[in-house]
Amino acid sequence: MDKKLGRLLLIGIPYFWLFLLFLVPFGIVLKISLSDVAVAIPPYTPTFDLESGWEGLKALLVELDFENYIWLTEDDLYWTSYLSSLRIAFVSTVLTLLIGYPLAYSMAKAPSEWRPTLLMLIILPFWTSFLIRVYAWIGILKTEGLLNQLLMFVGIIDDPLQILNTDTAVYIGIVYSYLPFMVLPLYSSLEKMDGSLLEAAQDLGCTAISAFWKVTLPLSMPGIIAGSFLVFIPAIGEFVIPDLLGGSDTKMIGKTLWAEFFSNRDWPVASAVAVLLLLLLIVPIVLFQKQQERAQEAEQ
Amino acid sequence: MSNRFTWFNTTSLTLGFVFLYLPILILVFFSFNESRLVTVWAGFSTKWYVELFKDEAFLDAALVTLRVALLSATVATILGTLAAVVMVRAGRFRGRTLFSGMIYAPLVMPEVITGLSLLLLFVAMGVDRGFWTITMAHITFSMCYAAVVVSSRMVTFDRSLEEAATDLGCTPFQSFIKVTLPIMAPAIISAWLLAFTLSLDDLVIASFTSGPGATTLPMKIYSQVRLGVTPKINALSTILIMIVTMGVITASILTKRAEAQRKADELMAES
Repeated sequence: MDKKLGRLLLIGIPYFWLFLLFLVPFGIVLKISLSDVAVAIPPYTPTFDLESGWEGLKALLVELDFENYIWLTEDDLYWTSYLSSLRIAFVSTVLTLLIGYPLAYSMAKAPSEWRPTLLMLIILPFWTSFLIRVYAWIGILKTEGLLNQLLMFVGIIDDPLQILNTDTAVYIGIVYSYLPFMVLPLYSSLEKMDGSLLEAAQDLGCTAISAFWKVTLPLSMPGIIAGSFLVFIPAIGEFVIPDLLGGSDTKMIGKTLWAEFFSNRDWPVASAVAVLLLLLLIVPIVLFQKQQERAQEAEQ
Repeated sequence: MSNRFTWFNTTSLTLGFVFLYLPILILVFFSFNESRLVTVWAGFSTKWYVELFKDEAFLDAALVTLRVALLSATVATILGTLAAVVMVRAGRFRGRTLFSGMIYAPLVMPEVITGLSLLLLFVAMGVDRGFWTITMAHITFSMCYAAVVVSSRMVTFDRSLEEAATDLGCTPFQSFIKVTLPIMAPAIISAWLLAFTLSLDDLVIASFTSGPGATTLPMKIYSQVRLGVTPKINALSTILIMIVTMGVITASILTKRAEAQRKADELMAES
């Protein structure tokens, strides 16, 4: 009996916490996304009053509607935000892969006594504040910043380039911040690779380069896929990078949601944006989950 | 397989690490700049550090952040370890799929959604927002990271050690405390460190769940950065970077030493 109670508590405590603070809030977001904005505290209507019981719940349900979602489809701002989030996340993922692959490859090929140090050097920036790392780029990229000073000093350009507050700055920020997420899975798949396979390919007449395309690259595919998802999924909902490095015409959905909530104080529309963002993310998340499961099965 | 550095490897490692570290080094460098401009060098000075320590708003924010991080990391590690035990040991129970879904989902959830949904919960419950709401929000998302870190170690745990302890007369609870926990300690410590840094670092979720009374350091940095870059932020960043770097290096030395000790003990036990 005692054991049963212990088990109940063991499962119950974390379950209850996550249920109350993770699942229930989503229910509330969904409900508010169907409500109307109001000048009140809290700024939406209808509100649910526990004391009114069943009748109150019925009255509440009657008042909910899809108005906010219709509004979202009619206003261009939201379409552009979703589409450009997808575009920016996709381009950044490709760029991160192009920069991360040679890095991970060289780490995996480094002398084995060097590898722990290299690995730690990749992980270390991940522990330092995200905000600070994004901030560091402002001083480099702005019009009178170091990059422009350098380029003008060398004589490549005569007038400073506008880099900060453009999509280019956002790409740089995302690649910089998420590079470790790409390198780590790539490294772990490249490091496990059996070197004799490459030798076999070369014995059979492959040049080093064609052996890379035919052997190394296909074998590192699980790492490429995992790394790409780990960059793509969080990049879609990113707020800090587009807000600090991007310009006013850089529309990303995380930024739009933030503005809707903090500047326009329109909680129902912000909630509707959140629900749609979640729907947008479910596809890549489920694909990622499936791929991870397959990779695990392949290992066993 | 060659175990030397080829020119290609050396070049890509150098370029890669320059890309990763140069911005941080530049940031640190200009924190010692005499001038108010962050990008024009005007001589060495530590005046921005002095100004930083005179600024009470920053000190208050740092204190709030530290308190939130210590408390939330501790609770998150306890809850996360419980969750890891449930995932690895509890076997089947009703709602297991939902449970592991709730553990993994926050890891990929955009912060804006987590922040918004928690805020709406706190508003619906009628709680006053501030220190406690930020702490609860941080516990919620960092316990999931803690659970993943601890459970990945627990999967490889040799259960025969626990069985031996029970055979020698321990109750299951005693054997968990005396055998399992000490072996799991490195994973639990890294889970705590991860939860702690996640909390220190968080801007988005804290901004949503905070109230008028509580401003965390990232919130303060963010509002300053929006107004423009100042060497004061560089100075603050330098201090934070130093603390984290020293923490990570100490932690890795300690784990290496513990690992060596454990291997030595195993050798002793075998001989």
